[in-house]
Amino acid sequence: MLKQTTAVTLLNLRSIPQRWGMSLTTVLSIALVVGVLLGFMAMASGFRATVDGAGSDDVAIMLRGGAMAEMNSNISRDEVRLLEVAPGIAASPEGEPLISSELYVVADGIRRASQTPANLALRGLGLHGPDMRPQFDLVEGRMFEPGSAELVVGESVQREFEGFALGDSVRLGNNNWTVVGVFSTGGSVFDSEIWTELGVVQNLYQRGSSVQTVRARLTSPDAIEALREYVENEPRLNLEVLSERAYFARSAGGTTNLIMFLGWPLAIAMAIGALAGAWNAMYASVDARTRELATLRAIGFGGFPAFIAAMVEAIVLAFFGGLVGAVATWILFDGVSASTLGSGFTQIVFAFAVTPDAVVQGVILAMIVGFLGGFVPAMRAARIPLLAVHAD
Amino acid sequence: MNATSPLYELKDLSKRYTRGKETVTIFDALDMTINTGDFIAIMGPSGSGKTTLLNLLGGIDRPSSGEVLFEGQRIDNLSQGKLAKWRAANAGFIFQFYNLMPTLTAAQNVELPLLLTSLSGKARKDRVKTALEIVGMGERARHRPGQLSGGQQQRVAIARAIVADPKVLLADEPTGDLDRTTADEILETLQLLNAEMGKTIIMVTHDPAAASHAKRELHLNKGRFEEKGKA
Ligand SMILES: Nc1ncnc2c1ncn2[C@@H]1O[C@H](COP(=O)(O)OP(=O)(O)OP(=O)(O)O)[C@@H](O)[C@H]1O
Ligand SMILES: [Mg+2]
Repeated sequence: MLKQTTAVTLLNLRSIPQRWGMSLTTVLSIALVVGVLLGFMAMASGFRATVDGAGSDDVAIMLRGGAMAEMNSNISRDEVRLLEVAPGIAASPEGEPLISSELYVVADGIRRASQTPANLALRGLGLHGPDMRPQFDLVEGRMFEPGSAELVVGESVQREFEGFALGDSVRLGNNNWTVVGVFSTGGSVFDSEIWTELGVVQNLYQRGSSVQTVRARLTSPDAIEALREYVENEPRLNLEVLSERAYFARSAGGTTNLIMFLGWPLAIAMAIGALAGAWNAMYASVDARTRELATLRAIGFGGFPAFIAAMVEAIVLAFFGGLVGAVATWILFDGVSASTLGSGFTQIVFAFAVTPDAVVQGVILAMIVGFLGGFVPAMRAARIPLLAVHAD
Repeated sequence: MNATSPLYELKDLSKRYTRGKETVTIFDALDMTINTGDFIAIMGPSGSGKTTLLNLLGGIDRPSSGEVLFEGQRIDNLSQGKLAKWRAANAGFIFQFYNLMPTLTAAQNVELPLLLTSLSGKARKDRVKTALEIVGMGERARHRPGQLSGGQQQRVAIARAIVADPKVLLADEPTGDLDRTTADEILETLQLLNAEMGKTIIMVTHDPAAASHAKRELHLNKGRFEEKGKA
């Protein structure tokens, strides 16, 4: 039986080039399905990687209770004072608590690639702001001077948007700013931001003395408990205390889910199309070999080898389709940067990441398409009437 | 088994097709004996049921009623699997359009029936070589059907039909697609297989010249056989 099956399978695979048009269409349609799926998965995992990279365990972020996002939060000067003496917060060498009150507003930028306007986050932060970003590194120029309209810009901003070269004068809102430095936070979301001193944003955007969030460097990740307890027991503070990692995970979860939520149904809809294509191609393949298959049966071969041979053909075509789709996605998308609306309607620049896991899922999807598309035609191959030996 | 013992016995054989409400009877209550070592040509008008009869003898179709006995055993009521085994062991088929696998070489085509046996790869190669030599295609073992003429393809098909050493060869218009000279060569090969190797051959043909190569000619007409004597 094995000899028979192997012989019929090889016979079948060898004849694929005779039906190369149909076979190629099958391969390509399956490749497209896998490509789309992997594209979405790459987007989701790239986004997740960027957002995950942004969150530290030993940085606490405090927002107005129920605010969910920085944009909706509001913390008064008095509340900030109470936080400055909270427990669990690390101190600078000078003995000051490592705290950064932050406020960000939305500014306009022009995306280089598309020449279209897009929102950018302009963040005002305290002097210890950079200490809250463990991978912070000034790659060019210098830091902004407190009190002056000077900007340092994230690497992604400089790469993706126009007019943020060192020394450039930039108009944001109603004011002119000067770019004095470029920073990196190791590819995290902050690389998509523009920073200046908190007081300057409060002044130029008429925000008084209030801020949106307070970030605090913890003495250790566990110290967040002490800080949280302090905030909860202080009646004048109505704030939520989260580790920055937890905060980002919460806001990224939505976007990642949204990407996958769009991606899977689209991939499945296309997979159904590809399935019809594979089905059709396999029917054509079985049809084209009706007389051959009947002849084998007349010689004494069983129907089962014909079934297996057709299934193998379908799965082999699908496997190649999956592989082509995966490789194409890899070549086209892996590492390509894209941007999406982050929480607060600003652009987060992230890189597509085609993970091995996603490739495996894509190839499995392809093979499922091949299996389902090949099954009925393969049954037909097994049941070809012997009298078809006389077919033309 | 001596040369005149019956290889086939057809008993009260009928074949009917139902098309809608209409029933078409191809033959009814047919009785016939075919002896071992015979070379029979079956002739008759188109649609008279020649191919149908050959299908019944080869176990690739079943009668509506009646029995087909091969060496005294009924084959018409065998299960599909048993019938496939019977075909593999006893019958070699030769078709008008050769029915070779276009992607396989001549040798690979001829080897196909041997894949159903327990022969080793080496033994199979030897048998294939011998079969190709018998039909005069020893030099073309590595050619694919597309690289061979019609007559050469039919020779390869004959090699495939005999390679597993079946008792009977069933040929449906084996020369129907060939010119006279090539047809005669093929028919001489069949005569040789009958005379030298004792193969029983049942051949359907339209062509009286082809039929004259056989030992016995049967004319099928309106579901009945008429025997034409042969000198
Ligand atoms: N599957 C089928 N269903 C219905 N009728 C059939 C079927 N197969 C054959 N027939 C009919 O049976 C009759 C005999 O057919 P068969 O092919 O045996 O004729 P034949 O003598 O071989 O003819 P030819 O010389 O043209 O090859 C024909 O009338 C044909 O239409
Ligand atoms: Mg016929």
